[in-house]
Amino acid sequence: MKKKNTLMAVALVLVMVLSALVSACTQKAPGETEGGKEEKVIKIGFIGPLTGDVKTFGESTKNGFELSIEQHGGTVAGYKIETVITDDRNDATEAVNAATKLIFQDKVQAIVGSVTSPPTIAASEVANQNKVVLITGTGTATKVTVDNGARKEFAFRACFIDPFQGLVGAKFALEHLKVKTAAVLYDQGNDYTKGLAEVFKTNFEAGGGTVVAYEAYAKEDTDFSALLTGIAAKNPELLYLPDYYQKVSLIGQQARAKGINAVFLGADGWDSAELDYVTMDGGYFTNHYSPDDQRPEVQDWVRQYEEKYGSKPDALATLVYDATNLLLNAIEQAQSNDPVKIKEALQATKDFPAVTGKLSFDENGDPIKPAVILQVKDGGQKYVTTVNP
Amino acid sequence: MKYLLVQIVNGLQLGMVYSLIALGYTMVYGIIRLINFAHGDVFMVGAFVGVLGFSSWGLSLPVAGLVSLAVTAALGITIERLAYRPLRNAPRISALISALGVSLFIQYFSSLKFVFGPNYRVVYPPLKMVQWNLGGITITNIQVLIFVVVALLLIGLQYLVYRTKFGMAMRTVSYDSQAARLMGINVDYVISMTFGLGSALAAAGGMLYMLAYPQINPFMGTMPGLKAFVAAVLGGIGIIPGAVLGSLIMGQVETLTVAFVSSQLRDAVAFGVLILVLLVRPTGILGKRAVEKV
Repeated sequence: MKKKNTLMAVALVLVMVLSALVSACTQKAPGETEGGKEEKVIKIGFIGPLTGDVKTFGESTKNGFELSIEQHGGTVAGYKIETVITDDRNDATEAVNAATKLIFQDKVQAIVGSVTSPPTIAASEVANQNKVVLITGTGTATKVTVDNGARKEFAFRACFIDPFQGLVGAKFALEHLKVKTAAVLYDQGNDYTKGLAEVFKTNFEAGGGTVVAYEAYAKEDTDFSALLTGIAAKNPELLYLPDYYQKVSLIGQQARAKGINAVFLGADGWDSAELDYVTMDGGYFTNHYSPDDQRPEVQDWVRQYEEKYGSKPDALATLVYDATNLLLNAIEQAQSNDPVKIKEALQATKDFPAVTGKLSFDENGDPIKPAVILQVKDGGQKYVTTVNP
Repeated sequence: MKYLLVQIVNGLQLGMVYSLIALGYTMVYGIIRLINFAHGDVFMVGAFVGVLGFSSWGLSLPVAGLVSLAVTAALGITIERLAYRPLRNAPRISALISALGVSLFIQYFSSLKFVFGPNYRVVYPPLKMVQWNLGGITITNIQVLIFVVVALLLIGLQYLVYRTKFGMAMRTVSYDSQAARLMGINVDYVISMTFGLGSALAAAGGMLYMLAYPQINPFMGTMPGLKAFVAAVLGGIGIIPGAVLGSLIMGQVETLTVAFVSSQLRDAVAFGVLILVLLVRPTGILGKRAVEKV
């Protein structure tokens, strides 16, 4: 028995050493052949929540990413584009794993992703430390590109940021809906919803409104009855729910069951086909673009997307399409697959004709652009107005 | 005052659902001294099978409920047979680790695309929500349904354990399984059935939970499972009325914390209760200070 064990151990060690040798060889091989053929390759990674609580975000953004690359014919500046798709399940830890894998195993030069703010903040940290360009279409929290006042030089985004989005929401509530009292509910563990809640509260109160309830919950919570009973007693005219579609659907349902008839107002996290359109009917949310916009860029994009995927593109698909185009444009400008040169070209982008508007970066890698307000109506989304910064 | 009453009704609803999960923990612990950490996941499977029953297989809600009970009872028995019985005479910690393994296995296996899939699903219950206003307190038909179903199940369980031959066998095995075996009781059968029963109760809990909070995902069992575990310990683990009492207290503690203290402290207070009980009265509210037999 004992002898057998020793034998096994030796065999195991041998296998491990051999496999290490083999993988070392194979790793070398492609480099050699590439050098021989002189085929230039640029690798771009994609991170998104393809499964989990916000999987429609992942699916849309992957569509936007792939359509952009396809329209470029799979090449940019003479480089053949190779893509690597990864899934982070909307989890910050998984996003770090995905980014690490993309950088060290797949050796990508640039990453497009992730989608929601918490995983994007985590992934941008990893990318920045290892000097790989990261551009997100949709991560709106401030911390994606700036950490404690220090700019993450390799991180960019194609969307506006939460301080602007929260401000637009508050202004819309005060000026358009003409409400005076609001209740705010947010997820205390998520920078996106927390940031929006704070900005909304500050601006709503500065504009003369009163926030009668400002309450937090945890991501795992499903029972909001106690919270909502408290809010119902204060009878606010508006409920601000800056979270993702599945959570706000659940809160909305329970709010109506508790007899709260306030108007629901939310943010871009609502934009999904899986939002509970019956419960949330009549609610408003801030978003990045509307497919009803008559600008030719928008209409072309909507047509191309519908041809390929058979549905109207949501804001997430659109933003990642813009983000990927921005990245490819920067590679074109830099004529290089060196992340440092790509980064410099990205930062220098001026008036890029993106679908969501003409786009330039400020010193933090954040674009300056308008927001739209949409209404949930009859199972769909209706364009209400555009708000410029 | 009215506010307090409404909050107590909210807490009652939560506590009732916890009690169905806590019962499974406590019954299994009572009989083989094992904390079955996979129990929260059995609860999840119960909710999923129920939802599939009425949304995909076209069953009516009560039939879907019965199917869900049957499937999870079978699941509970299988888990016991495969993961715990081989470790019956091993140190207790081995069985506990096995339980954690089973829990993770069920969660991640259910997340696979060909099983339930990793996504959140919105449930559209076949039950229209109806609200009644009783002197300013709104009560929904779902709350009434929860109270009725839980009360019936508790009465049934109480009857089974204290008035039937099988219940007597359960109590005997719990008291001394070696002696029970000598008296001609099929101990393995009794333990299997206890797992089946506990799992079916968890499935009932899952069904009611899904009606009250209409959204399900493969990881939904973790939090309610842990809270129900705290409730079982609070009431005195191994004691059936204790599980119910503990759950009702937990429901109130959570709700009242949110209502009168802060919504951010909800989980901190819930798990603070566990620490407090373990420090002050480890046998729980109804537990007797048993002398360890040597």
